[in-house]
Amino acid sequence: MEEFSNSGSGDIVLAIAERVIENRAYLSEIDGLIGDGDHGVNMAKGFGIAAERLRGGAQPLSKSFSVLGDVLMSEIGGSMGPLYGLMFSGFGEALDGVTEIDARAFERMLRKGLAEVQSIGEAKVGDKTMIDAYSPALEAFSTSIADGKNFAAALDALVAAAEKGRDSTVDLVARIGRASRLGERSRGVLDPGAVSCAIILRAFADGAKSKLSETNDAPVGQNYVRLKR
Amino acid sequence: MQRFINDPDFVVDDTVRGFVKAHRDFVKLGDNPKVVATANAPISGKVGVITGGGSGHEPAFLGYVGRNMLDAVAVGEIFSSPTAKTFYDAMKIANGGRGVVCLYGNYAGDNMNVKMAVKLAAKDGLEVLTVVANDDVSSAPPSEREKRRGVAGEIFMWKCGAAKAALGGSLKEVRAVAQKAIDNCRSIGVGLAPCTLPAVGHPNFAIAPGTMEVGIGHHGEPGVRVEPLKKAAEVAREMVKTVLDDHDLPSGAEVAVLISGLGATPTNELYILNDTVDDEVHARGLTIARAYVGNFFTSLEMVGATLTIMALDDELKQLLAVEAACPAPL
Repeated sequence: MEEFSNSGSGDIVLAIAERVIENRAYLSEIDGLIGDGDHGVNMAKGFGIAAERLRGGAQPLSKSFSVLGDVLMSEIGGSMGPLYGLMFSGFGEALDGVTEIDARAFERMLRKGLAEVQSIGEAKVGDKTMIDAYSPALEAFSTSIADGKNFAAALDALVAAAEKGRDSTVDLVARIGRASRLGERSRGVLDPGAVSCAIILRAFADGAKSKLSETNDAPVGQNYVRLKR
Repeated sequence: MQRFINDPDFVVDDTVRGFVKAHRDFVKLGDNPKVVATANAPISGKVGVITGGGSGHEPAFLGYVGRNMLDAVAVGEIFSSPTAKTFYDAMKIANGGRGVVCLYGNYAGDNMNVKMAVKLAAKDGLEVLTVVANDDVSSAPPSEREKRRGVAGEIFMWKCGAAKAALGGSLKEVRAVAQKAIDNCRSIGVGLAPCTLPAVGHPNFAIAPGTMEVGIGHHGEPGVRVEPLKKAAEVAREMVKTVLDDHDLPSGAEVAVLISGLGATPTNELYILNDTVDDEVHARGLTIARAYVGNFFTSLEMVGATLTIMALDDELKQLLAVEAACPAPL
């Protein structure tokens, strides 16, 4: 059974935060082309505060996502605060009480996150937003699992679809949010929300894959015994 | 660029602290340091009136907290909506037991955070009604008014809503009059030079020397056209025409006029614009009941100005005249 433990995976959130902070200048730069240039600054600030709170605590993944969601919602305003805040709180809620995270639990978590984002935003695929990365990523993951691919392969499909979706925003005209006021002039530039969403999903998938390989490579019975239920 | 800054990441915190120190007679800081409220908030038995928005527009938004004005303001980062929690905390501090109206501008982030804050308040049994300002004529055609941005017309919306609340208006009455005030407002901005977010360090858009951007937004959202910079009288005529063509007021109507600098335009140039604006408005057979010229709603150090014209009826005229005092000019 391919799975990784909720309790031992909170550090994935720190890795996601690190990727976001590394991309601070890049995200602000692309936001400056069709927004007001503060996306990287705000994201780095929010993820930085969350990382500070989580560091050294060794919280479960579900709890770490809840902390991240709370920080983004209560510390970071704009539109990305509530959107990513609700998404990560949704991840935390979906994983709460799950001991071993398998592909099904992961899929449920992704669906919950999308439902949360759509409860406050009105964007659909094609509106040039984070949904253009998120929605196809979720679909690719689900399809891979339904097709009998393993968890790691489904995560690869998720990343590929997120990045393809991100790239698709170049040719789109923004129909929602601040960039929508540019009309045709928003074409030709990546959507900053789709870019940050793809960065987050890749970092998350990388973290999950490395947990999966640790679990599978672990010499069971030598250093520790894993209990399965 | 030379600026008075300690740390680009903390410009808003530093601004709010300095603001509260300057206006201790009017305002206090909430338990949430991003909430500024009147010194005596909440006023028992009065409908609470709040707003909130990104920083960088000073004296808006926080400067309009005061007597017979706003009860509290939620403060966001530069050009970025306050958090839902901050809006919620502003609602709570303004709650005098008769509910709260939140009068804010039509931006994606503000819409989301206010929506979440209203839900949080409802869980506490606090009723909050909202009005979203959409007075900027350049941001969408008249048929899509709900997509338009809120700009300096918000000041009239706050003034009228707050005056109604001060006179003892009910929650629904305060919302209705604030809605009427913003429905009666039309605004346009003209930009001559861009502004820079302190944490970014360089302008995010350019306005070429010798040109002006007509219809520019309060955060540098692109306007409807870029033209060679004309004489002030021609710019003023163009602004009045755009605003009044959208307004369609009958001859003889009374209006209030507000000209606001965008941050780095000298005040005397605003009076130069008003010289022509006044003539043009009168030439259309309208009467100006009251004119406001100064820096009311800025965009960091953008060079440029906005013109807002509000059509008045007896009620709005009376509410504008209600005595009020706050740190910002009014």
